[in-house]
Amino acid sequence: MATTLPAELRREQDRIEQVARDMGLTFFRVVFEMVDWRQMNALAAYGGFPTRYPHWRWGMEYAELAKSYEYGLHRIYEMVINNDPTYAYLLEGNAMVDQKLVMAHVYGHADFFVNNVYYAHTNRKMIDAMANHATRVRRHQERHGVEAVERFIDACLSVEDLIDPGAVFRQSRRPERPVDEPEPRDPGRLPAKAYLDQYVNPPGYLEEKRKQMRKAREDAKRFPASPDRDVLGFMMAAAPLDPWEQDVLEIVREESYYFLPQRQTKVMNEGWASFWHTHMMTTRILDDSELIDYADHHSGTVAVQPGRLNPYKLGLELFRDIERRWNMGQFGPEWEACDRMSERARWDLKLGLGREKIDEVRRLHCDATFLDEFLTQDFCERQGLFVSKKNSRTGEEEVESAAFEDVKQALLFHFTNGGRPVIEVQDANYGNRGELLLVHRHAGVDLKMDWAREVLESMTKIWKRPVRLETQIGKKGVRLGHDGDKSIEEDLDQAALKAKTR
Amino acid sequence: MPRIDSDVNRFRQIVRGRVREELKKHLGKTELFGKQGGRVVSIPIPHLELPHFVHDTGGKSVGQGEGAGDGGGNKAGDQPGAHILEAEFTIDELAKMLGEALELPRIQPKGADELISPAGRYTGIATSGPESLRHFKRSYRQALRRMLVSGTYDPGNPQVSLLRADRRYRTWKARPLPKANAAIVYVMDVSGSMGDEQKDIVRTESFWIDAWIRSHYQGVRTVYIVHDAAAKEVDRDTFFTLRESGGTVISSAYELGARIVQERFPSSDWNLYMFHFTDGENYSRQDSEKSSDLLAESLLPGLNLFGYGQVEALGTRGDFFDVLRSRFGGDERVALSRIPDRDAIVDSIKTFLGRGR
Repeated sequence: MATTLPAELRREQDRIEQVARDMGLTFFRVVFEMVDWRQMNALAAYGGFPTRYPHWRWGMEYAELAKSYEYGLHRIYEMVINNDPTYAYLLEGNAMVDQKLVMAHVYGHADFFVNNVYYAHTNRKMIDAMANHATRVRRHQERHGVEAVERFIDACLSVEDLIDPGAVFRQSRRPERPVDEPEPRDPGRLPAKAYLDQYVNPPGYLEEKRKQMRKAREDAKRFPASPDRDVLGFMMAAAPLDPWEQDVLEIVREESYYFLPQRQTKVMNEGWASFWHTHMMTTRILDDSELIDYADHHSGTVAVQPGRLNPYKLGLELFRDIERRWNMGQFGPEWEACDRMSERARWDLKLGLGREKIDEVRRLHCDATFLDEFLTQDFCERQGLFVSKKNSRTGEEEVESAAFEDVKQALLFHFTNGGRPVIEVQDANYGNRGELLLVHRHAGVDLKMDWAREVLESMTKIWKRPVRLETQIGKKGVRLGHDGDKSIEEDLDQAALKAKTR
Repeated sequence: MPRIDSDVNRFRQIVRGRVREELKKHLGKTELFGKQGGRVVSIPIPHLELPHFVHDTGGKSVGQGEGAGDGGGNKAGDQPGAHILEAEFTIDELAKMLGEALELPRIQPKGADELISPAGRYTGIATSGPESLRHFKRSYRQALRRMLVSGTYDPGNPQVSLLRADRRYRTWKARPLPKANAAIVYVMDVSGSMGDEQKDIVRTESFWIDAWIRSHYQGVRTVYIVHDAAAKEVDRDTFFTLRESGGTVISSAYELGARIVQERFPSSDWNLYMFHFTDGENYSRQDSEKSSDLLAESLLPGLNLFGYGQVEALGTRGDFFDVLRSRFGGDERVALSRIPDRDAIVDSIKTFLGRGR
């Protein structure tokens, strides 16, 4: 795609870029490409990248996008890639004011990519990396067959989100296996004269110590020594994989880590970009004649649909709220302690710290911490947030609660770990049969069971041995599993009971 | 070709494979015919999803606004909703898939005199021919094979030299086509007791029968007859939509059928099929007798196959099925089936078409 920007747009870009700089945004070089709607849909199907490895799900995305575009159900306004230089796309045939809006918005994203800490580890040459991934997968397909590789990719994609979000901030990802030390004969024994010995070192205590030590040594034999959240990485290291399988798994894992911060900061990222496009457009960029169209399209992007949360809207309003509160000094212990409505309404310390604060917030937070810290009761009430639930009888969305605590809890649940369950590798040699045992950290919500069983089946294709998962159905502990041919399900409590009675 | 196209093709392939596997599940559904433009049928397919570990939240979500009903405004939007995709099949493909899914034998046309069609296709390979038709790939493959067998091939220096004898040429093969023509007579009971559900079943079933028989002959003619107390010939649309309220006199339809067959489709030239769908509740025992006489004497001698499908509405049970069974139970030309609901369509099709006639 060697589409150069028309001179007119080129001029606008220069102008907008200057405005963005003046406002203190920092970014890599931004490259805009002009594409037609076919290319736009193809790019969107590929997650914004010009090349991805061959896989049917891009094709499905594209078929869906193309169909809904033909029916006029959607238009893709903006797409931007976290890369150096930052690439973004403009849709051919959009009106000038739309193109300006998109460009201003894109500079907001570009600033966020550079400055937010969650993006610090991402590969800024991802366009090249993606192209390499495509070449590698194609080569494997030529050698091992399209279907074999595709089936394996499917299996990997089923577990693509089982990575460790914290791992990117840690130095060494995986501890070495423990060194073997000689076992002390009498752990915990203190030197004592013989007649005092049974008082200084009571036999019961020594026995206890011995048991503890034995258990510690048993634990050390376990692999992994402590539960590992990076299930993909663990399987890469420990599963008996062919070189090509290893390579495919690595590609999926690398891309998953690359996209992780975008999943973690959807609300912030869109909010930040919207915050800046509104600011830039309304103060510096708009022509008088473009105002109405701009207002129309802007309100289109931040409109709320019943039953759906619009990240643009939520993020934008939150950033504005933070700016306002820090400008007026509405934070800190005195503000929290004040419970007189009239006083709170008049509260303005004229601190002017707003800009500084939002810069800091965009640097240090992800959606979960952002909402946890800045979503206040006032904000929640002003925005009219509520928790809704689908009524299984009528099939309609119904408001379940508009209480602040409920809304916040639901939001945090939705944004913690991308709303996905936390699953860890517990044991790679379960039952001494080389089976993989995963544990679901049950946080009050059950897994979708039919899918969980299917994922376990897919995982046997990677692990090549039975894979099991400990979870709960309601209060009851169960161990699901799949041995490659059929599903297994054990009642945990009964299994534990059986072990005890034996 | 843009890169995405190969992914789209791959997706289509997978979807078609899946539809093929699950054809039996699709067989009973009317949505099949949502868009029956020309010779192509679209089958709606769901969004394929890879399973993940996810929470079962029971549809809980956070919303914003004055309340669920009043969120206000249509969003220009950046997220596509869940759209229904379609897979497209030609009727011939569907017929082939049907044959595979139900393991139907191919129809042996009556009077198997076959005509060599003048139009051939370049599908064959010969050892001699004009140079303009030389098949390079096959020639070199032959040369490679010869060298491998004779041990003169050196992988280090992979040169393949072509000898005269290695040359292969494209050649056209004549395709024998059955000359026989076929005609299908559909007869349906439109009396008051046949509801919309029953007609839907008939429509679905006749679609598949049509597809299968058409895939065996060139130019199939169809005749549609409806009857209540009296019978008349109608066009296709009327056939499926007409609803009368009268009683049922089956013999009237058989009389009309026999007359049409005699006039237009002499059995010496035509492969004739007749399918009769009714709820089996005939007006009188005498008429049932008369109908089966008609069937035995004026219809069956000229027919390849007579299919009788008893579409039973809930709680009804016609007795014409039993009348036919006791009289024609062992007759090769008569296929009887009961279709109480949609799930029975598959078995019924199998009964009708499983004889290879």
